[in-house]
Amino acid sequence: MSQRFRTAQGGRVDREREIQFTFNGKSYTGLAGDTLCSALLANGVHMIGRSWKYHRPRGVMSAGSEEPNAIFQVEKGNRTIPNARGTQVELYDQLDASSVNCWPSLDLDLLSINSKFSRLMPAGFYYKTFMWPQSMWMKYEHFIRKASGLGESPRELDPDRYEHTHAHCDVLVGGGGVAGLSAALAAGRAGARVIIADEQSEFGGLTLASKARIDDGEASQWIENAVAELQQMPEVTLLPRSTVFGYHDYNFLTINQRLSDHLPLAERPASREKLWQVRAQQVVLATGAAERPLIFANNDRPGIMLASAASIYSNRYAVQPGSRAVVFTNNDSAYQSALDLKAAGVEVEAVVDARAGSDSELANTVRSAGIQVINGSVVIDTAGRKRLSSVQVMRLSAEGSSVSGETRALSCDLLAVSGGWSPVVHLNAQSGAKPVWDEANAMFRPGEPTQAQFSAGGANGTLDLAGCLQEGAAAGNQAAIACGFEASTQPARAEPIDSQAILPLWLLPSPYTPGRGPKAFVDMQNDVGAADIALAVREGFKSVEHVKRYTAMGFGTDQGKLGNINGMGILAASMGQSIAATGTTTYRPNYTPVSFGAFAGQNLGDRLFDPVRKTAMHAWHEENGALFEDVGQWKRPWYYPKDGEDLQQAIDRECLAVRDSVGILDASTLGKIEIRGKDSARFLEMIYTNNWMKLEVGKGRYGFMLGEDGMVMDDGVTIRLAEDHFFMHTTTGGAAGVLAWMERWLQTEWPEMEVFLTSVTDHWATAAVVGPKSRAVVSAVCDGIDFSAQAFPFMASKTGTIGDVECRVNRISFSGELAYEVNIPANHGRFMWEKLMQAGAAFNITPYGTETMHVLRAEKGYVIVGQDTDGSVTVDDLGLNWALSKTKDDFIGKRSLSRPDTVRKDRKQLVGLLTEDPQTVIPEGAQLVDDPKAPTPVPMIGHVSSSYYSACCGHSIAMALVKGGRDRMGDTVYASLAGGRVIEATITESVFYDKEGAKADV
Amino acid sequence: MSKYSIFSLVRNAISYHENWAAAWRSPEPKQEYDALIIGGGGHGLATAYYLAKEHGMTNIAVLEKGWIGGGNTGRNTTIVRSNYLWDESAHLYEKSMQLWEGLSQDLNYNVMFSQRGVYNLGHNLQDMRDIQRRVNANRLNGIDGHVVSPEEIKRAIPEINIDQGCRYPILGASFQPRGGVARHDAVAWGFARGADRYGVDIIQNCEVTAIRQENGAVTGVETTRGRINAKKIGVVVAGHCSVLAEMAGFRMPIESHPLQALVSEPIKPIINTVIMSNAVHGYISQSDKGDLVIGAGIDGYNGYGQRGSFPTIEHTVAAICEMFPIFKRVRMNRQWGGIVDTAPDACPIIGNTPVEGLYFNCGWGTGGFKATPGSGWVFAHNVATGEPHELNRPFSLDRFVTGFLIDEHGAAGVAH
Amino acid sequence: MFLIECPWCGLRDETEFSCAGEAHIARPLETEKLSDEEWADYLFMRSNPKGAHREQWLHAAGCRRYFNALRDTVTYKISATYKIGETPPSEGKK
Repeated sequence: MSQRFRTAQGGRVDREREIQFTFNGKSYTGLAGDTLCSALLANGVHMIGRSWKYHRPRGVMSAGSEEPNAIFQVEKGNRTIPNARGTQVELYDQLDASSVNCWPSLDLDLLSINSKFSRLMPAGFYYKTFMWPQSMWMKYEHFIRKASGLGESPRELDPDRYEHTHAHCDVLVGGGGVAGLSAALAAGRAGARVIIADEQSEFGGLTLASKARIDDGEASQWIENAVAELQQMPEVTLLPRSTVFGYHDYNFLTINQRLSDHLPLAERPASREKLWQVRAQQVVLATGAAERPLIFANNDRPGIMLASAASIYSNRYAVQPGSRAVVFTNNDSAYQSALDLKAAGVEVEAVVDARAGSDSELANTVRSAGIQVINGSVVIDTAGRKRLSSVQVMRLSAEGSSVSGETRALSCDLLAVSGGWSPVVHLNAQSGAKPVWDEANAMFRPGEPTQAQFSAGGANGTLDLAGCLQEGAAAGNQAAIACGFEASTQPARAEPIDSQAILPLWLLPSPYTPGRGPKAFVDMQNDVGAADIALAVREGFKSVEHVKRYTAMGFGTDQGKLGNINGMGILAASMGQSIAATGTTTYRPNYTPVSFGAFAGQNLGDRLFDPVRKTAMHAWHEENGALFEDVGQWKRPWYYPKDGEDLQQAIDRECLAVRDSVGILDASTLGKIEIRGKDSARFLEMIYTNNWMKLEVGKGRYGFMLGEDGMVMDDGVTIRLAEDHFFMHTTTGGAAGVLAWMERWLQTEWPEMEVFLTSVTDHWATAAVVGPKSRAVVSAVCDGIDFSAQAFPFMASKTGTIGDVECRVNRISFSGELAYEVNIPANHGRFMWEKLMQAGAAFNITPYGTETMHVLRAEKGYVIVGQDTDGSVTVDDLGLNWALSKTKDDFIGKRSLSRPDTVRKDRKQLVGLLTEDPQTVIPEGAQLVDDPKAPTPVPMIGHVSSSYYSACCGHSIAMALVKGGRDRMGDTVYASLAGGRVIEATITESVFYDKEGAKADV
Repeated sequence: MSKYSIFSLVRNAISYHENWAAAWRSPEPKQEYDALIIGGGGHGLATAYYLAKEHGMTNIAVLEKGWIGGGNTGRNTTIVRSNYLWDESAHLYEKSMQLWEGLSQDLNYNVMFSQRGVYNLGHNLQDMRDIQRRVNANRLNGIDGHVVSPEEIKRAIPEINIDQGCRYPILGASFQPRGGVARHDAVAWGFARGADRYGVDIIQNCEVTAIRQENGAVTGVETTRGRINAKKIGVVVAGHCSVLAEMAGFRMPIESHPLQALVSEPIKPIINTVIMSNAVHGYISQSDKGDLVIGAGIDGYNGYGQRGSFPTIEHTVAAICEMFPIFKRVRMNRQWGGIVDTAPDACPIIGNTPVEGLYFNCGWGTGGFKATPGSGWVFAHNVATGEPHELNRPFSLDRFVTGFLIDEHGAAGVAH
Repeated sequence: MFLIECPWCGLRDETEFSCAGEAHIARPLETEKLSDEEWADYLFMRSNPKGAHREQWLHAAGCRRYFNALRDTVTYKISATYKIGETPPSEGKK
């Protein structure tokens, strides 16, 4: 029994291509061109899901993105999609769909018991209970959470790819119905660069389901021609299956293009979605209008759908959405649905029209087709368990506030409802406009644009075909003209339709006492009923935002597209004020939900999430077994374990090799900034805390930079290459920030200074050759430099060559050893490194990484900015007052050093720590206390910032910041650790090795 | 006013919920109050509640320019934790945590405080040093928490990617079991109802347009609903404190920035805790309704527009997909922005101002929600007594003069 | 996302820039003569207006120049950008 409700002819489905699919494990057949919902309806499947809270049976309500009920889990495994809207899922072969939020099955859903207790679960009931006993909340919550949510998250890795693209255009047209197409044609013909995007698989919008005529032909033919013409235009990009979902400042819009979800799994290309980021000069919003339902008791049964959806299923998908229909409306458009249904072979029992009379041409056509029109009446309730079986109708009083007379039951399995139309003003509102309430037509129209933007057609509140064509063309012309083109496209023609005014109705009158009758749903997905809104108001939640938040109205995956306007109408009515005064909730992106993958695009993983910076010697480090540490974006060698060594064994070996002979460290990542210009020295005087004017050419000096708050910001050695030329080193992580910071001072505060800054970090590869044998190694490699102690003293800088490549050697030490930093243009980095390794082989030259570097410097008490400082540490705190000029009037941060807090005596000061047991290493980050037995909160006096086992010293060493530490030499403090462990330590000075500094002075 | 309970729910169900009283009255403003709280967000309402409850000040009003809870209270990612590094912060947030732990019962309003634990991830060696330092400090301050390894994280959160091949692998985390999330709107409503029960007037749609003072002391405010006098005024207007300060004639060390957040469509439970990563800029938890709730980084420019820039969202989602690759097919339902007032040291300013009787509570930056009860509690003390409580004394405005900053972001680099 | 007119390079996307905060805060010349309050005012106090704001931007991924912008902090509209040292346009100017 396949597709029993498929009409004999018509529609935009391909009858030659049958498609197999499964729903809740059962096999069905549909046709190419179907959506999941149209195929299910063709098979007579109407109950497709359960509601969120009460687990009531629900059916297909719409044919578009406003769908609240038809939410499916599509596919299983790594390509599963939670919460797919069946109205927008294109059918493909072997599609596997299942209902969400029901257990064990859709038919027998145990939680439908909630429906029996629904009176105990009005809006916000959970705020009033589950409070006792306090300890039980986590248990209650467990069950609440389990009952909540809709689909299931994927649990496997997504095999698909997501792409990003950036585009500029003259005119972006959002929506490809007849208004959008008209706009694109007008702008395209004028020569503008146009992007037109539509969420559906084919352009044409609602008109795809219309039998109207345009320009003396079938509307569908006009659409086909329009698309064909646009496709011929080289400057026009057509994006089907593409939703403009965000409208940001400066006419920046985001489009989600779906590339593969409509294809059978086996045929899918690698890329699933593409995120378009478009900057448009002009935007035409032609996003159409969406029909809204009417709110009456039991208005949520399967078989109740929007009148426009009934037309779409009948005309576009060739499906009878029911066998016997009642149409219920307060406006003219649903009369067309009655005709469409009848033409599709559906028996139309009646049109129930709330308006006292209807004598438009359309209404009379319906009458002449033999369909009974019941004016001045409304549906007050419905019957049927898993499918609608009948509706009850009563007379509406003249003023529309009550019902009276006999209840008339109309037997039907389809109720096509129209409560009027809501322009899709989402993008207009997102762009900053405030939608305006149009009382006469009962709709929010787009507000005055705050950006270069036009609204046309349904999105502008224009509901007739002729008007849409006209407005679309006009908007396209205007947009093109605004971009500097000449445009004068005449609109296509369609028959004007005379229509009669809508009778706005929100909560329909009914014989039930308000709040006591069956539920009348406003937001179907979140099971928010009219009574919930009334309750919210009764409890003082009177702002539209409060009502939304209290009842959850509009929080579903449909974002209230179907229900919100009705909800606002009901809220306004219960507050006795106008909808204009009530206002709307804020429209936020996304218009429809968009995969996280689309936002992330390719910006993921170890290569593209964030750039990876590697030094010129990186491959060598890899080949030689280095493990790496992330320092900012850089990969730095951490240590080089040899056969089976652990971290400690490796650094013991590396440290001893450096102290005893020679080691080599890749120091390329240190920031390097060239500073040139006649005022360079004067500039450094302000930037650094020490003196720079008198530094000799060819010599370097270590300096601290402070923030203007006086706290240590960065440090490093800067070398004077010429009177007006300096070469600055910064920390690896601080380089970019220091450059921008110095530029800021130069450009904004001291523009009179003639100083130029250039980042050269990546231009140079740097090897630090460190240890007693370093002189022998560099002497063997670098030509043209006299490395003797007299000719090349500490902090001197000289140039020479390695092979025929120029190099610069700086005698700098961050280890206390004799050491040289050899710099060569980065392209020759590996060449230099290998030369040094060769020359060092005789001395067992040992490559070492950041960990050994840390130990070596800690043995000497040298600080690492960012590890031993934390943004709250001054130079004085570090005990390095010699670095603070006593003679300069000013430098950045100087004034902050004399504030009350910075001159406090009990500031935390850098000291060394020695443990009782020389083998015990205090964990870094340990907090220090005077009395480990003190009651909580235990007063803390400082913390350990650096701590290592020093193979050279034969004991552990640590650096710590301790309150008033410099005055506490010899005191015992305690590192208080997790699990009650306490390590006793003695405060010492922070230099542990070669205190005289003899080793560097050779 | 009736007490909320399962019994009152049943009783009211029988009468079709027709007899529920308003959670708070909507009175006309009086001409004079003993104290005014400007700002009807969580912090302001909490201040009013504790002023009434702890200090017996019931002739007071909360003035809200829009609807209560409509600012950052209703826009944040609802994370609650107290594992701050510095003693000053730790004590304040821990006070708040202790209030959270009995808040639903105290307010007789279920704020759904869910102590599902909070992980703060570390992605490099310095992160891990900072985590150790912070957790050690927390423990000594009596705040729960421990350091966990990537394997322990994976056991607790099977969906997370601890693959060492990702750009910034997870090296470990701090875990505070008592941390968690709460229902943000309910916090505002619960405090409003609680305050109202003590007689506090909650006045919505009442925007303050001027602050009146005589001889250096406040006398009242001008509002869109007329003049209201009071000799004590507490200003708790996250996102607008500079605007109010300007009315009072001084400037604040505050910049207001957009902060964005987003949610997915509702899905069945998959994330049962809270995961925060400062290094990759992504914070995630799952609401009771089923939405994945995700916090983004702050935008760099000043902005009162309650919206930020798209690249921030893009980067945040990439960070989430980096940590949770399985979420690529889950869809983002909605994104929005709030206005966060940030101070140079990323810590709040709570206390007296240059104007007598005028008190400010602001600068909570990206982390104010968790502090809601504690902030209200200390600020109530400050407003009632005119002097800061010991817990908020370190957060005075004059720390910017003395230099006594509490540098939370400089120090541990921990996201709020 | 903003479109920002760098006075040196023209209209570029926001992603090329970084905002550097309030503009026209001159560094005091004789800092040692300032009281702690005056220094704190320079260091920390900001006007942070709701509305027209003069602020510095850096064309970080471009010419690397700092420049000033007059931007509305509510609408985010930039009504003018101007080079450092140039006279700021009046706030009302479009």
